[in-house]
Amino acid sequence: MTDLSAVPLVESGCVEAPARRTIPVLRERGQREVFCGLTGIVWLHRKMQDAFFLVVGSRTCAHLIQSAAGVMIFAEPRFGTAILSDRDLAGLADANDELDRICVELMARRPDIGTLFLVGSCPSEVIKLDLAKAAERLNAQLFPKVRVLNYSGSGIETTFTQGEDAALRAMVPVLPQGDAAQLMVVGCVADVVEDQFRRVFDQLGIGPVAFFPARRAAELPSVGAGTRLLLAQPFNGDTVRALIARGAELIQAPYPLGAEGTTAWLRAAALAWGVTDQRFEEVTRPLIDRSNRALDRYRPRLAGKSVFLMPDSQLEVPIARFLAREMGMVLLEVGTPYLDRQMVAAELDLLPEDVVLSEGQHLDRQLDRVRAARPDITVCGLGLANPLEAEGLSTKWSIELVFTPIHGYDQAADLAEVFVRPLERRSRLSV
Amino acid sequence: MQLTLWTYEGPPHVGAMRVATSMRDVHYVLHAPQGDTYADLLFTMIERQDKRPPVSYTTFQARDLGGSTADMVKSAVAEAYERYQPKAMLVGESCTAELLQDQAGHLGQTLGLPVPVVPLELPAYSKKEHWGAAETFYQLARTLLADRIPAPGTVRTPRAEGVRPKANLLGPTALGFRCRDDVVEISRLLGELGIDVNVVAPMGASPDDLRRLPDADFNVCLYPEVSRTLSSWLQRTFGMPFTKATPMGVNGTRAFVAEVAAMAGVSADPVLSREHPGVASLSGSQSRLAWYARSVDSTYLTGKRVFVFGDATHVVAAARIATEEMGFTVVGLGTFCREFAREVREAAKLYGVEALITDDYLEVEKAIGECAPELVLGTQMERHIAKRLGIACSVISVPIHVQDVPARYSPVFGFEGANVLFDSWVHPLVMGLEEHLLQMFRDDFEFNDGAKPSHLPAVARPAAPAAAPAETAIAAPVLNAAPVSVAALDARAGEGVAVAQTEAEPVWTGAGELELKKIPFFVRGKARRNTERFARERGLAQITVETLYEAKAHFGR
Repeated sequence: MTDLSAVPLVESGCVEAPARRTIPVLRERGQREVFCGLTGIVWLHRKMQDAFFLVVGSRTCAHLIQSAAGVMIFAEPRFGTAILSDRDLAGLADANDELDRICVELMARRPDIGTLFLVGSCPSEVIKLDLAKAAERLNAQLFPKVRVLNYSGSGIETTFTQGEDAALRAMVPVLPQGDAAQLMVVGCVADVVEDQFRRVFDQLGIGPVAFFPARRAAELPSVGAGTRLLLAQPFNGDTVRALIARGAELIQAPYPLGAEGTTAWLRAAALAWGVTDQRFEEVTRPLIDRSNRALDRYRPRLAGKSVFLMPDSQLEVPIARFLAREMGMVLLEVGTPYLDRQMVAAELDLLPEDVVLSEGQHLDRQLDRVRAARPDITVCGLGLANPLEAEGLSTKWSIELVFTPIHGYDQAADLAEVFVRPLERRSRLSV
Repeated sequence: MQLTLWTYEGPPHVGAMRVATSMRDVHYVLHAPQGDTYADLLFTMIERQDKRPPVSYTTFQARDLGGSTADMVKSAVAEAYERYQPKAMLVGESCTAELLQDQAGHLGQTLGLPVPVVPLELPAYSKKEHWGAAETFYQLARTLLADRIPAPGTVRTPRAEGVRPKANLLGPTALGFRCRDDVVEISRLLGELGIDVNVVAPMGASPDDLRRLPDADFNVCLYPEVSRTLSSWLQRTFGMPFTKATPMGVNGTRAFVAEVAAMAGVSADPVLSREHPGVASLSGSQSRLAWYARSVDSTYLTGKRVFVFGDATHVVAAARIATEEMGFTVVGLGTFCREFAREVREAAKLYGVEALITDDYLEVEKAIGECAPELVLGTQMERHIAKRLGIACSVISVPIHVQDVPARYSPVFGFEGANVLFDSWVHPLVMGLEEHLLQMFRDDFEFNDGAKPSHLPAVARPAAPAAAPAETAIAAPVLNAAPVSVAALDARAGEGVAVAQTEAEPVWTGAGELELKKIPFFVRGKARRNTERFARERGLAQITVETLYEAKAHFGR
């Protein structure tokens, strides 16, 4: 399963891409049971602790974020909502003044904040409140103490994890230019995972390595002709394209989920850096072995079990690849909110021949298919989990896959365990 | 535009969802963009509902905005009817769809479905969740009762001799506070009086049940935030009176029983003959609260400072219970329900405090910090505030979280509800006799400052949470290197969160500090706070043993 030669590596300019398979995709439209891009704030604000995210939206937006965050554990959080009222809708000029007032007051109260993200929402998009202009106005007042950026996390334009893409995309224009050779890892990963990857890159002699985003929003990595991009998350397509427009080059690779995925991911970077096969083997072999030892515990529990992934986090394709290839699970349907082929090209090649891919959602019809297939595990959002459990179907809620560190060798077994737990629990209970 | 960090209420369409989800055979089509489905998880996760809320969303996207959004409403309504076969439909908009002006409700009506389609217009930019619930409940009932409305001036036929009186229980909803068990408790109480329950709504009711509402003699307006609009309309239109008393606490329940008995024209004796106000024994009431509060163990509850915040119905009742039935002192009272500000202001007058009418979490946090209460009765939001300040807390109102939907029977209304309240308010405080023992044995190695009461999550906190330092500016006086104790946390709580100590603070002398340590640790925080305030107000640079006792004499215990 970890035979490296079996993993097709695609790296622009180095290895020739194999002919792509065309996988048929079931496209559906209808009710979607997914979060909007605002939800990304929940993890973005934990990652970049010097940033504040101000949603310009409605009470619904505020309610969504606090509900998605689960519990209100933070005293004064580094996110908030400027709630539009009737008066703001009546006159946009006033709305702009109001927004400026709120931002200036907020920044005066939070001297620890260095970057303020103005986050657009469905209502602010519909009334065409120009947050780019607002950011410009506010920068004139607040920069350089506070840098004001803007992006849209609205549900009419973004799905769940796309909010991260939009936030990072907004940072690209302010990244300093630097053409020196470097590896840039794109996408939020847990700090512990970032540290692990840094150690491995060091051992491989790959560097300098920049993570984007960094732990502080103010620490902006440079970008330029010498920058090679390695993607940690599959949902940052717009950011990647913006980085490429600034001279960076994309290293095509699967995502670092599972031992196999992580190896392929590192190998793509190693190839680009001219790391010898021997060195790569020396560094990764012990890590692969350890990862596999941990995975071996869970393989018998998952092998042969069926899984249905409903569209949500956009991690569905790489996770399906991991579950099928490394854990031996049977994929019934792999749903994804949208299919960005450029982002998942290397992943699609690794999916089983007969995989059923679906893009978009018509919730009721998809639930009909779930009920007909009766999967051993259904990956779905929190709104659906209990109702499906009550129909006798085990579930894994997809938000856990976003909030839990699952990338890299030492988290591969954690990722597997996330799927073992509901089965284990069901087998324990006899009430 | 209002800056909001946490919100007490969702938008009005979430109120509509609460009504729809509470009922049977109702389906709600919501014209809304992707993302608004988040509200489903409130029901399936917080309340562990085992079915999806009966809500379909149109899920329009940016590319639909040019023109086809209206068609999406029509097809969503038609599809939802086809699939779910409801007996009534609600069609409305969330905040974004309201801006599109598709008039979703009207579109839904034009489809000619064989069931009533109720258009909901819930202004998302001026109204909130409770208003939305009340309006939805009213609009739905009004539509279903349209053909039963009597001509103006029609006199209600009196109940025939020998027929048992009937009442509706109005207001219990999904995601309400303990509604499930309150309904059981109140139904039992009415049963003892010989009153039948005609319809409980919205919880568990079908559209057919709503059509039967006028069959009752009167309405029990159980949760006015949700049911007052409809109750008033039923009174105006069908001449049905509705109750005003909140059956919470022993006295509240007695008053409620008297009120419904009078409304139903029956004797209150079956219930009230077992109630003996002022009798200090177990036989004084059907609720143990009455005796427990009088038992000597409860002496230590005397004058405990409580801060009450939540929805109007629960805070007005809780403040009364705290005062009359527990012997606490209400030091703060407020609500986020602006529609009920008048009621809460009137109640606040009784306790000599100014009502806090706000939906700004930071303002509530500031008020709690300034009041330095020993117990907070609030919502999940106040639970977090209290936890951070190291103050005991009990949740008495929405917004709720998963632990407010307990598996066990735990109403807050009726006599059993009073028992539940006694337990849940007293347990977070140091238990009575235990407090004396702690004082007696305070020099014992097991009862020193470091040995915190093990049963107290709210008090026995080791230190401020890890997330706090960066997020809050707690100005704690650094007096010595003593470990952070309960007393120190109390002291901080007293400072309030936003008090910046820029003025020169009085300094404790060594002897003063030593004397302070002789005071039992669970009141030491208050003593420290009072003494420092005393010194500050008098411009004293130093706090000596004498200052400590001067302050004690000034403030009393």
